[in-house]
Formats: sequence, structure tokens, C-alpha cells
Amino acid sequence: MNCDLLIIGAGPAGMAAAITARQAGISVVVADENPAVGGQVYRSVETGPLVQSDLLGADYSSGRELAEVFAASGAQHQSGTTVFMIERTQTHGFTIGLATSERARMVEARHVLIATGALERPCPIPGWTLPGVMTAGAAQTLLKSSAIAPEGPTILAGSGPLLSVLAAQYARAGVKLAAVLDTTPRGNWLKALPHLPGFLMSPYLLKGLKLLREVMSAHRIIRHVSALEAVGEGQLSGVSVVASGRTFMIPATTLLLHQGVVPQVNLAMASGVAHVWSEARLAFEPALAPDGETTVPGLFIAGDSAGIGGAQAAQARGLLAGLAILDRIDPATRASRQTQRSRAEASLARSLRGRAFLDALYRPAPQFRMPADDVIICRCEDVTAGDVRRLIARGTQGPNQMKAFTRAGMGPCQGRSCGLTLTELFAKQTGRSPQQVGHLRLRAPVKPITVGQMAGLADAEQRD
Amino acid sequence: MAGQSRCGNDCDIAVIGGGVVGLSVAYGLASRGLAVTLLDEGDVAYRASRGNFALVWVQGKGIDLPDYARWTMGSAAAWKNFAETLRRDSGIDLALEQRGGLMACLSERELEDRTAQMSRLHNAAPDCANVETLDHRQIKELLPEIGPDVVGGTFCRHDGHVNALRLFGALHEACLRRGIAYRPNAPVEALVQMANGFRIATPSGEIRARRLVLAAGLGNAKLAPLVGLAAPVRPQRGQVMVTEKLAPFLKFPLGTIRQTDEGGVMLGDSKEEVGFDTGSSHQVLGTIAAHAVKVFPLLAGAQIVRSWGALRVMSPDGYPIYDRSVSCPGAYLVTCHSGVTLAAAHASTIAEAIATDIWPDAIAAFSARRFGDVPAAA
Amino acid sequence: MFRRLLEPSRQVTIFVNGQALIAAVGDTVAAALLLTGNTRFRHTAKSNSPRGPYCGMGVCFDCLVTINGEPNRQACLALVQEGMEIMTGAAAPKLAAYKRA
Ligand SMILES: Cc1cc2nc3c(=O)[nH]c(=O)nc-3n(C[C@H](O)[C@H](O)[C@H](O)COP(=O)(O)OP(=O)(O)OC[C@H]3O[C@@H](n4cnc5c(N)ncnc54)[C@H](O)[C@@H]3O)c2cc1C
Ligand code: FES
Repeated sequence: MNCDLLIIGAGPAGMAAAITARQAGISVVVADENPAVGGQVYRSVETGPLVQSDLLGADYSSGRELAEVFAASGAQHQSGTTVFMIERTQTHGFTIGLATSERARMVEARHVLIATGALERPCPIPGWTLPGVMTAGAAQTLLKSSAIAPEGPTILAGSGPLLSVLAAQYARAGVKLAAVLDTTPRGNWLKALPHLPGFLMSPYLLKGLKLLREVMSAHRIIRHVSALEAVGEGQLSGVSVVASGRTFMIPATTLLLHQGVVPQVNLAMASGVAHVWSEARLAFEPALAPDGETTVPGLFIAGDSAGIGGAQAAQARGLLAGLAILDRIDPATRASRQTQRSRAEASLARSLRGRAFLDALYRPAPQFRMPADDVIICRCEDVTAGDVRRLIARGTQGPNQMKAFTRAGMGPCQGRSCGLTLTELFAKQTGRSPQQVGHLRLRAPVKPITVGQMAGLADAEQRD
Repeated sequence: MAGQSRCGNDCDIAVIGGGVVGLSVAYGLASRGLAVTLLDEGDVAYRASRGNFALVWVQGKGIDLPDYARWTMGSAAAWKNFAETLRRDSGIDLALEQRGGLMACLSERELEDRTAQMSRLHNAAPDCANVETLDHRQIKELLPEIGPDVVGGTFCRHDGHVNALRLFGALHEACLRRGIAYRPNAPVEALVQMANGFRIATPSGEIRARRLVLAAGLGNAKLAPLVGLAAPVRPQRGQVMVTEKLAPFLKFPLGTIRQTDEGGVMLGDSKEEVGFDTGSSHQVLGTIAAHAVKVFPLLAGAQIVRSWGALRVMSPDGYPIYDRSVSCPGAYLVTCHSGVTLAAAHASTIAEAIATDIWPDAIAAFSARRFGDVPAAA
Repeated sequence: MFRRLLEPSRQVTIFVNGQALIAAVGDTVAAALLLTGNTRFRHTAKSNSPRGPYCGMGVCFDCLVTINGEPNRQACLALVQEGMEIMTGAAAPKLAAYKRA
């Protein structure tokens, strides 16, 4: 199954890149761990139970067209397939490890595009490990793929566009939330103001206002929430809230948390791609050339894993990366793709307009990123913020030494739930920038595979 | 805070290198009442202490050098007390287990070779570890999950293992509690001998020490010639994997498979000459996994949650280098591959030798002079 | 607690801790369990505290269950299948558990 281009992720970026690359007839394989195309934003867009309804909104429906073109493009879609490693070969190509639940194998590709999207920023609040506490993204995924919604008192808490989107979708479905707790800090409005002009000209403005109306008419919204605690004995029973200086308790069986999304970095970092800290978006982003190429020649990144931009930007970036890869394969015909390129660049610029405003407005408050000492920050190994702070005070140099001393980042999630928190805790306490602190070193396999599957890789090698 | 200890920029003795070797020596020196400053690099560094296999291992050690067989055996025997003292000084339990260790052999040929080696070693150092040869049936009695491909193996009851990361953390904590001045993010760039000691230059300032110990792992190669010593060490990569946590099933470690006290099963560890490359590769990981599945077929279903590559600190013959400088009195060198196994000896015998400047016979064989000429001070 | 907004078109029978249960084709194992009111999927090996799905997209590894004898499978990524056997509540699996794998 060797190919010219291997794409990881079948969301808007991956699909757009595949469609573009297929125009020139090169062989394209798209691997995705999910059972169907769509990625997070267009999850289950082909066959989900809600595709015929307008409950999920017009943006979601637009993903269907993309999925149809993709299906007809001739790209080979490998669903239920996890990419667990990318190695460079001596001949300027890549060997990529693919695993299904049955077997793992290595395939070769001349070019690789990582389009693995985003994940939700860790929301380390007291009690966030209690069953019944989930992310807003998790709840939305259940809605898209199975038309499932919470029953019983449910609280949606945090900050960011997804919060309103989900609240509005629930409103349309007749699901009433016990409360929407908005943790957006008061001061953010002021800091976002300079970016207002861009926002006013962006497509987000109208959409945002419409959503807000829907949310406000359906749910109780509590603003200026400055602290949250999930309470319960082995199971969520309520949420303790501090809002505008008042402390109170709301009973709940489900708490949905959200503090924005950040790029998935594990596969790229494990493949040797250099990343830089974005102070505006409080996350590590890959260092990219304008066409999406990383610091590893031949390895590209597009979509939200290149930097959060939303579905439209992801699609444009995927298209641009697809074109850039065609340029590498056939430089002589580069000019023939100029119109397509210009159009995609314009579309990217348009969809990124207004982003700076959203970044500033929804910048999560420090207490939701760097919690009090008794709060668990590494869910896999039960390491608290206090464990980490104590060892920083003892001279522990950075996240990797911390990992050795506390096991933070050593569990199966491989630092996805604590990596950013660790970096920020170090930066805050030592006065260094997050860039100087750096991120936990990430390594392959970036998702677990079995010992037997790994053993199979050596066997295959011997047969060759 | 780390900087508040009784000795900062001016101290009795500076230890360069914050891996298990430097920490063990520093801990031993501080326990003997010396004012120690410990200098270490930053977060990203070649630090075998974070990536090793955690065996306290005796069998097969010192095939060509009986002194090393004795040295290793002595350290292993001292480990129980060492772990207990360290637990008291740090509050951290190291999960030391010394219930024996097995090298599993997958062919009759391998088993014969291994048995012959062990008896050669026994003849050279009869006072040392006794190694028994077990056949498949005997191993199966001890480890019922063993696979049919294991024809036999060699077992030594002195072998064992610890939680190496907790050893690393405990040494740190104990050193701080003993008042050592810990200076992280201070890679040593230059060493100059003066009338009554050394000037040590780092990007975060200069330190003066009456004496100094080089324990910088792979960093020793560059530093040693600055003070009239030689540390011809090179990196040798070992790749390791660890599985999800399983209920305890392994009563004792195998040379390349062990279950940690936390439940994960570690699979190791390759020996690769690839220079300063800490990466990993599917061929090597695959080979390690394939071997593990032959030894314990059921392991095939366990998930690998992490893998890593770490660099061993290797001398030309694989044995430690312990030296004191002739041209720059007061400068010492401590470097070895098996820093976990030898931690007990480093915290006691080596620390005592350095503290008193009396070099015991037990370590005389480990001078770098065995590799040829030692350069004069730069 | 969760509920369905629409009646599923195609159904399968699965077994959760030995009890038969109707799920919809296209449901993840996590969705099927949440619909039964089950949020405690497993216990951590370290502190034996209960955990359930958190991220819903394969990131956090807190939704681990035993599926058809295979321990520690991510319930949020696996789709239900006719006759599937699911066990919740496990901590560290025994080596013997991999016999089925
Ligand atoms: C894969 C693998 C498996 C192993 N398995 C075992 C085992 O089972 N049992 C066992 O006993 N041993 C084992 N070892 C060996 C053991 O890990 C090492 O012997 C031990 O860690 C060496 O310790 P060290 O302090 O010399 O070196 P390191 O741990 O590498 O530490 C060197 C330190 O010096 C610092 N440094 C370097 N240069 C400078 C400078 N210029 N200034 C200041 N600081 C500097 C570095 O930052 C680092 O902190 C294994 C090693 C590997 C790689
Ligand atoms: S819920 Fe996070 S991995 Fe399944």
C-alpha cells in the first residue's frame, strides 16, 4: 500500500488535501482512527443520525459536500486506522506505522501530511476526574454520531466558541441545561477590543450573534465565573461555583467542560517537527513554511494541528498543502495551479479574519490552566499541581525531568492531558517563557499498539 | 529552595553531573560532612539515569575482569542497606527487590554458550555470584507463563531490580536534605586549576571549589582532559518499551523483561552504536517485542504505552573508570555504565575514597590508564 | 445520564457485564454505556478511583473497558457490534486476560 502521499486525518484539512492531490492523479492514502470521515467538526457527516436535520447547523451540512467529493476522488480511505509513528527513510521518504485493531504494518510514502486536528485544552479543575465530568467536545461528539444528549441536570462550563455552539444545538434539540457557566474573564473584552475591526468583517460576527440569541433564550447563563469545582463521591453530584464573588452549588449529574482547543502535537513532535509557543493562543504550534511544510522536509501539516483556525481555514490549508505537494512532485506544472492557490489563499485569509478577536476574548483565565495545589493535573498518573510546584521549587529543570520524578506524562495519554499544564506551571514559577521551558519530549508509538503488533513489524522486515 | 544550602559559589567539593552517578557520589560525600555543590545541565540532556532498565544485576558481569565481578557483587550486596538509608533520608521507597534474576535462552546453542561463559566467570572469581543453569521445566515451575521457545536459562539469586526513577528522585531529595547546593541549568564549560582549588565556569556564573568530581556521564569525555584525566566514553543506544500496567505476574526480573512495582512491563534493551541519537526505530522495537513474545507469548496482547531511546555511557571495555588526577590534584573522575547497580558502591566506597583521598585496592583496576596514555592538564 | 433524541433505525444486542442490552448501529461502546446510566467505566491502577469517558475522542484513555476479552480498549473509539461482550470496572488486567487477544 505504498503511496505518493499519506494523509493522517480525514477532517476538512485532510479531505481537501486528498481531493487536491488526486487531481494530478498521484496515489493518496488517508488514514483516520475514526470509523468514518469528517474529523471532529464534520463527525458522522455521511451517515450520522442527524445529517438530515438542521439541528447541527448549516456549517455542519456543508461538510457533506466535501465528504462526497472526497469519496469520489479516488483517495484510499483507511478508517479505524491509527498512525502510531512516522520515520524518515534514507531515500528522502517516510515509513509510516499504521495500526488497526487487528494488525500493525509499515507503509512507505514519498510525502506525508499531518491533519490530525485539535484537541480540547486540559481543564484541570478540582474533581475533573469524577465520572460524569466530560468535555463539551465529548458531548458534541455523542450528539453528532449517535443523537445522544444528556438527561438530568447538566452544566456546560467554560469559555470559547464551542460552548455557544453546543448550547445552541441543545436548545434546538429541546435539551435544557441547568446552567451555562461562562468563565470568560471580564478583562478579556477590553483586551479583545483592538481586534474588533477584523472580527466585525468576519463571518463569525453574524453567526455568533445568532448563536447567542438562541442560547440566551433557552438556557440560564451565569457569567463571570471565576472558580469551578466538580463535587461528588465517586460520581458527579454537583458543581460548586464562584461567580461575581458569590459562591454557590448547583446539583448536576453531568458537567461539560471547555476551555478552547489546541493543536494535536504528539505525532508531529514525535516525528521531529519543531514547534513554537503561541502566546496569543497559549499553545505549541508547528513551525511551518507558508505552504504548510514543517522543519522536516517532505512532511506537511494542515488544519487545526497547524494552528487553530476552524473548519474553513482547515480546508483552505489542506488545499494549499495539497498544491504544495504537487509542486514538489511536478515543479514544471506549478504555474497551472496558481489560480487555485490564489483562491485558497484568499479563502484562508478570510476565514482567519476575526480569529485574533476570538483568541483574545476566549483566552482562558490562569486559574483554569494552572490550578491550586491539590488538583490533579496528570489524569493518568494522579499527579497534582502541588507535586509539580514542590519539585520546581527543588530545582527540577523542566517537564522531562519532572516526568522522571513524578511520572506526569507517562501514562497512556502520553501527556495529551497534562503537557500544556506542565509547561505553563514551569513558566509561571521560574519566570521563563513557555518557549524556553519547552514541551515534554514525545515519542512513537504515539498511540498504544500491542507487543504482538510491534513484534509483527520486525517479522515483516525479515521477510523482505 | 535549592540555593539556600550552606555552600553555594565556594565549596569543599563540586560534583559535575546530576545523573545517578553524580548524585550517588554527592550523597555519599555530603553524608561524610563535606560541603558539596552539584552542577547539572538543563531539562534536555543526555541523561541515562532517566532511561535505564533499572536492574541491580550481577550475573555475567566481569567476564574479562574479575575485579569488576567483585565490585558489582559488593555493590549489589550493599544495596539493601543503601536503599533503606536512602528511604530514611528522602522519604521515598525504592521498591528494591533482590529475589534473583533470569537470562532466558531461546536455543540450546545459546544456553550452552551462556552456561560456558558463566562457569568461566565463576572460575575467575570463585568468591562471586553463583549462577545456576535451569532447563525449561525448572523455569516453568518458577514462571508458569513462560513460552515453549525458552529452552532454559541462567539464574542468579543475587540479581534484582529497583524503581530507577524513584532512585533518581530519592537521591535528589536526599542530597537536598543533606544540604547539597544543587545548581541545575549550569552546564560546565571550562575548568581551571588554581593555587587552592578549581574555577568552574558555567553560563549561570562561576563556582570555586577546592576539589571536584567529574560525574557528567557522556559529558566527561570533554571535561576530563581539562584536568589531566581521560574519559574515553562513547554513547551506546538502548531502546526500551513499557506496557500498560498489569497485575503482578513476574516474581523476578529477566535480563530484558521486567515488571515494575507499578505494574508496567519493561522490554529492553538494544545495544546500538548510533552516536548521539536518542531516537527509536520500528525495526529495533519490533525485534525487542518479538523476543518478548517468545519468552512470554501472552504478552503479545498487552499494549505498549511508551518507548524511548537512551544513551549508555560506555568505556572501551565497558567497565567503569575511577581516577584521580596526577597533574591536577583534587580532580576525580567517576563514570560507568551500570550506574544503578553500582549506586550503593558509589555512595560508599567511592565517596569515601574521594573524601579521604585514599584509593583502595578494590578500585585500582579501574583507572583509565588501562586504555593507554592519560593526557596532561590543558 | 444520557438519552436518545431519535429512535435508532438499526439495532444490535450487546452484553454489558453479562446483561443483554439493545444499542444502535453506529453507537460507540461509550455511547451505549452512557445511555444505560453507566459513567464509571474503570478504576485506575494507581489509586483505584473510578473513571469514565472524558474527552470522547481517543485522547484521555479514561474510558477503558474490556471488549470481547481484550482489556483496556478505548470505549469512545470502538463501535458496538452484534453480540459484543463488554466488561467495565477493571483495574490492571492479569496477563491471562490476553489469552483471548
Ligand atoms: C537503555 C539503558 C539501560 C540501562 N539499564 C541499566 C540497568 O538495568 N542497571 C544498571 O545498573 N544500569 C543501567 N543502565 C546504565 C545507567 O543508567 C547508567 O550507568 C547511569 O545512568 C549513568 O549515570 P551517569 O550519572 O554517569 O550519567 P547520566 O545519567 O547520563 O547523567 C549525566 C549527567 O551529567 C550532566 N552533564 C553532562 N555534561 C555536563 C556538564 N558539562 N556540566 C554539568 N553537567 C553535565 C547531564 O546533564 C546529566 O545529568 C542503563 C542505561 C541505558 C541507556
Ligand atoms: S473518552 Fe477519552 S479516550 Fe475515550
